[in-house]
Amino acid sequence: MDGALLEILPSVILEGLLVGCVYAMIALGYTMVYGVLGLINFAHSEVFMIGAVTGVEVFRYLSPHVENPFLLLILATLIGGSVSGLTAIAIERLAYRPLRKRGYTNRLVPLITAIGISFFLQDLVRLVEGLWHSEFYMNYPSYAELEETHDLPLAMSIQVKSIIVIAVTILMLAGLWVLVKKTRLGKAIRAVAQDTSTASLMGIDPDRIIARTFFIGGFLGGVAGVMFGMMYTQVNPFCGFIPGIKAFTAAVLGGIGSIPGAMLGGIVLGQLETLGGFYLPFFTDGAIGTEYKDIFGFLILVLLLLCRPQGLLGKAQKDKV
Amino acid sequence: MKKPLFILAMTTLLVGATALANTIKIASVSPLSGSQAGLGETIKLGAQLAVEEAAPWFKERGINLVFVPQDDQASPDVGVAVARRLVNDDAVLGVVGHLNSGVAIPASEVYKEYNLTMVSPANTNPQITERRYPNVNRICGRDDIQGPVGAEFAVNDLGAKKVYIIHDKTAYGQGVAETFRAKALALGAQVVGFDGTEERSNFNLLIQRMRIMRPDVIYFGGMFDQGGVLLKQLRERKVEAIFIGPDAMDSSELVKIAQDAVIGAYYTTVAGPVELFPAAKSFSERYLAKFNRPAESYALYAFDSAQVFIEAIKKLVEANPDAVPARADVAAAVRQVAFDGITGSIAFDDKGDRLRSDYYVIKFETAAYPGKTVKSITASPSGD
Repeated sequence: MDGALLEILPSVILEGLLVGCVYAMIALGYTMVYGVLGLINFAHSEVFMIGAVTGVEVFRYLSPHVENPFLLLILATLIGGSVSGLTAIAIERLAYRPLRKRGYTNRLVPLITAIGISFFLQDLVRLVEGLWHSEFYMNYPSYAELEETHDLPLAMSIQVKSIIVIAVTILMLAGLWVLVKKTRLGKAIRAVAQDTSTASLMGIDPDRIIARTFFIGGFLGGVAGVMFGMMYTQVNPFCGFIPGIKAFTAAVLGGIGSIPGAMLGGIVLGQLETLGGFYLPFFTDGAIGTEYKDIFGFLILVLLLLCRPQGLLGKAQKDKV
Repeated sequence: MKKPLFILAMTTLLVGATALANTIKIASVSPLSGSQAGLGETIKLGAQLAVEEAAPWFKERGINLVFVPQDDQASPDVGVAVARRLVNDDAVLGVVGHLNSGVAIPASEVYKEYNLTMVSPANTNPQITERRYPNVNRICGRDDIQGPVGAEFAVNDLGAKKVYIIHDKTAYGQGVAETFRAKALALGAQVVGFDGTEERSNFNLLIQRMRIMRPDVIYFGGMFDQGGVLLKQLRERKVEAIFIGPDAMDSSELVKIAQDAVIGAYYTTVAGPVELFPAAKSFSERYLAKFNRPAESYALYAFDSAQVFIEAIKKLVEANPDAVPARADVAAAVRQVAFDGITGSIAFDDKGDRLRSDYYVIKFETAAYPGKTVKSITASPSGD
């Protein structure tokens, strides 16, 4: 038994990496909005869900016309990402901006708004899908090309779609890094994040930059939604909640506001959960079941934040005078 | 001008009042929204068909038989709230419901207080009738028979030596999983895992565990929506152990979710497939014509549950044509019914369980619903 436990370790780590990638992709959206506005956008989990649901619709309507599953997946990713991005812009424009313009001082106000929007969007999608297809559970179709399994050394095996998830995650992080560090838009985003009023004195329109930040975060969330749907095959209007909470945790773990931190946090959380959830039942002879994986993950989070409140890669916040 | 209006108003009121007194309502309570709406809708439509077909008979006797579908959202809180609303409407004489045992148990406490009779088409948890309430009955079987039937099939017919059991931590799922485990152990099989999970999308952790434990049979105690995803991911990860589930797998949705992975999977059910009951054939035709969708198993059971009320109330009305029956009389009359329903002969024992209930093992040989019946067992009532 012990030999088998060790033998399967690489596979377990690989599973953890996959889950971690999904968390990381969503966490990027939380961290970007937080970086610019200092706001935890809890509606981001629903932006993610909308991407996943849009992906189902793309597969539903385009699969009769497009045969190549890879092309379909690319289309689903782009359309899902765009719809999510536009949703994120709409949320910002209709809910957060009016609050900002009224000069709120209490941070709880936008936070509660975000939670409200989150509920609103869940039931809106449920209503729309219910009327449109009378479906609650929506399924991604299976394609042999995407589900083909390749054997790897160390008794690991990986499906083509898992490779896609890892590749997309790396691409996203790299793309976002280039965007933020190397482009004019990125410079403007950083400027607004640093000091909104000074940035506007330098000829930057903060509202436009904030809207674009929301779009980018939402787009990444939507792509993550399509990836999630493809990996785990079934989505529903409430499927954003758990991954959203986990991704938020990942963002905090990595240091909220930091892009590499979100990535690292996602992967660390994925590993902790998977390793804890897998090995604890064996070591405790089943007394602690796999369902305790979340408790294990969050316990580590609490311990880590006690020692390093700013997160793994976050910068310690100095009080503004 | 004022006087005629007043008289008109008075007459309407009086007519209205008499019409009200001659209304009998039969309610269905099942999840009509949320994740289990698929099965809940089936229950509603089955009961609706029965009530609407019986309405003309009552009309001739000056009674308005009305069907009132209710939504319990598969949630105990909502179920109890709906139950409270129903008991306060004196015209409601019967409840067909619920879908989930975890909802039916608290709701039936309310019905009992007000003597309102409930006939369940789907609640298989033993606790439903073990409390011996005079007003609580069920037309389906029991988990303490269903679980063992599955275990016997797995060990004796499929020759399973190692079983891995997963459940969804609900009264239903965990209940049936535990009875499965007890029977499997008694038959000499080894239970290599017994896990509860509320996970809905990512089962990879459990699957990795199974890869180490190498079970021959995986038993899942839970609903189709969760089980379908689990089954699909099992097959994607090349875990080829035989998959068995309880009657909550009995839905065309399972095939939609798991797609080809469903091939070779089994489920035990207390609701035999439509083709098995000769009387059910014309029922499914009427159902299809009316609702434009094929009748799934729970529709038959809901139809028969409503039929129990109709038979009982008809008898009471014939005995005393001038009065609407009292709730206590309905409860007593329901225990006395004996007729041939579309799911076989129907009569209740003193607990409210059916005197004779059948259990089926059904296998998906193709990725199409329903599967093929591979075994049918007639079990003694009440499991004792």
